[in-house]
Amino acid sequence: MTEFRKELPISIKYRNNECKKKDNLIEWVYRMTVKIKVENLTKIFGRNPKAVLKKLKSGESKEKIFRETGNTVGVNNVSFEVSEGEFFVIMGLSGSGKSTLIRCLNLLNIPSAGQIYVDGANIVQYNKKALGEFRQKKVAMVFQHFGLFTHRTIIGNVEYGPEIRGIPKEERREIAKKNLAAVGLEGWEDKYPNELSGGMRQRVGLARAFANDPDILLMDEPFSALDPLIRRDMQLEMLDIHAKLGKTIVFITHDVNEAFKLGDRVAVMKDGAIEQIGTPEEILTNPANEYIANFVQDVDKTKVLHAGNIMIKPGALISLKDGPKVAIKEMRNNGISSVFVVDNARKLQGIVTIDDAVKALKEQQKLQDILIKDYDTTTPDTYVQDLIQVASTTKYPIAVVDEQDKLLGIIVRVSVLSALT
Amino acid sequence: MQDFPEFISFKCGIYIEVFVKWLLDNFMGFFDVLNEGVLMFLLKAEAFLLWLPWWCLVLLVFLLGWRFRNLRAGILYAFLLSLIGVFGLWQLTMSTLAIVLTSVVISLLLGIPVGILMSHHAKLEVVIKPILDAMQTMPSFVYLIPAIMFFGLGMVPAVFATVIYALPPVIRLTNLGIKNVPKEMVEASYSFGSSSWQTLLKVQLPQALPTIMTGINQTTMMALSMVVVASMIGAKGLGYEVLAGISRIEIARAFDAGLSIVILAVIIDRISQGIADKYKIPEQ
Ligand SMILES: Nc1ncnc2c1ncn2[C@@H]1O[C@H](COP(=O)(O)OP(=O)(O)OP(=O)(O)O)[C@@H](O)[C@H]1O
Ligand SMILES: [Mg+2]
Repeated sequence: MTEFRKELPISIKYRNNECKKKDNLIEWVYRMTVKIKVENLTKIFGRNPKAVLKKLKSGESKEKIFRETGNTVGVNNVSFEVSEGEFFVIMGLSGSGKSTLIRCLNLLNIPSAGQIYVDGANIVQYNKKALGEFRQKKVAMVFQHFGLFTHRTIIGNVEYGPEIRGIPKEERREIAKKNLAAVGLEGWEDKYPNELSGGMRQRVGLARAFANDPDILLMDEPFSALDPLIRRDMQLEMLDIHAKLGKTIVFITHDVNEAFKLGDRVAVMKDGAIEQIGTPEEILTNPANEYIANFVQDVDKTKVLHAGNIMIKPGALISLKDGPKVAIKEMRNNGISSVFVVDNARKLQGIVTIDDAVKALKEQQKLQDILIKDYDTTTPDTYVQDLIQVASTTKYPIAVVDEQDKLLGIIVRVSVLSALT
Repeated sequence: MQDFPEFISFKCGIYIEVFVKWLLDNFMGFFDVLNEGVLMFLLKAEAFLLWLPWWCLVLLVFLLGWRFRNLRAGILYAFLLSLIGVFGLWQLTMSTLAIVLTSVVISLLLGIPVGILMSHHAKLEVVIKPILDAMQTMPSFVYLIPAIMFFGLGMVPAVFATVIYALPPVIRLTNLGIKNVPKEMVEASYSFGSSSWQTLLKVQLPQALPTIMTGINQTTMMALSMVVVASMIGAKGLGYEVLAGISRIEIARAFDAGLSIVILAVIIDRISQGIADKYKIPEQ
């Protein structure tokens, strides 16, 4: 996994290391304009949505409504915003309304109530013509079971979008070829979908969606039907594409690990409602309720959490000016066997152990003389995953420092290991 | 045994009769035009088939059999078709073929659009389905009566009766074919901003084509089987030969004509099946 990451294009590394830094992310989200804004969206399947809406308003539960009216509440009063260029993931168990929600975003489902703004325009009020144009230019969808046209060749599939937009034959061939090449399917143009493997089919699905150069990509469990290895490749590729093209992506999955790996922000759905929205770290470190805590408990935390998330304030710190005596006292008081030494500006200087300090006291040495320098440091935005190796070999706590070598916190071995479980 | 009480008596046939008469009185002109049109098409088709040298048709059957099945099939069909000529029934066969052809063309022109409409409107389906059921279970010669009333005796009423009899399969299978197009595929089409019309032409119909072809095949076979019945109201051709053979107890005459119909049926069935198979879309 780590090796794979090294080979990734610069763009992804940039994304993971820079943008994911929490402050940067907040600033980044803030800076970006709102692309999709959903307000109080409700979708009811059944004969009498109006009556059901009233019942919902009065607080009746989804089950009760289904028992009494036979109508299903697919999405219940959902609001959120997606920024331009954001990778927004919606996750939830089967039947929680994820598909219903995403299908509202291109009006394959007509909302029963609520508004959806894309670039400030309310798409719910679009007439047929405007809706057709919106779908042709702004938004494309990738389907769980690919939804490829089996009677068309691969290139015929990718051409479909441009064809509907009325682009001349030659030109749309070119577009299709370019997009097929971008997903690594050169030479497969004239095959039919049934001749391709699952992973390749979904690449065709991606190429087809990209052929119209949409601003927004809607992806409904696009990788769920793929086997794990191919799935991982596709996920990485997706990150790559997102970093390169900067499209706004709304992505659905029922897999927490996938959600946290891909999403800038993640929304967790349950029974048609959104339970929590936040960055993967926020959700992981601060789940809104029991349900979410349960949901995220088997996440591989090491891939989501950073050093900054698990570091603790050092129990004791001593200054270069202090002598061995102070060092011993501090360590004794805190029940630790080593302590970091910093200068006036909190710049890390080294670490001393209790044994050395006791010896120094006897032999009248200064702190400077017993300072150990071969401790390990890391930056706050390093993934915990990348600390596992270090944590298992180091004798001392890992120091978390910023660019100026200022000590921000320490990571003890046990917190790395507990993130593993 | 007790008889059913006589005072609860109601006959609905009489209303149909009244209705047909009413149609006739009010839409005579319409039926005349229809009659003319169908007759013209029919005569043109027959004239063309008779103008065509016999070996041309044999060759065509050979090529089609070869192309859509295999070489042996091609040779076999060509041989069988020649056999009809050997029986001395070529001209009658062409007349029969003209009626079948005309009926099938009209059936498709009516049936495919109706099937498409049905697949898009659930309410329409509820109305049409039972009508199709009735059309298929009704004894075929019942259709001869309105045919005679509207068009008298001759080829046109034969076509009319044949169309009614042969229509249901193509409607049913067009409807079925379109309904069976995977939902995700149709949604994919809409998600790219296609209109319903574009989705129909570019996705639904091509996907439904194999099923529709099966419908066409069945419709053709039913049209062929109706030919004998329709000969009762004056359709000349092989059917009439069979009928005449039976009524005069001329076994030889009836048998030759009957065998020719079978041959025709086999050839048309196999070739159209072969075409239908060629359009099969490989499963995902
Ligand atoms: N067309 C429909 N007609 C009636 N009910 C529907 C329809 N589509 C979805 N539902 C119902 O709405 C609810 C939410 O379904 P939805 O497909 O959005 O769930 P999901 O989160 O996508 O689940 P999955 O992970 O299985 O895809 C379910 O109870 C489902 O039965
Ligand atoms: Mg779903």
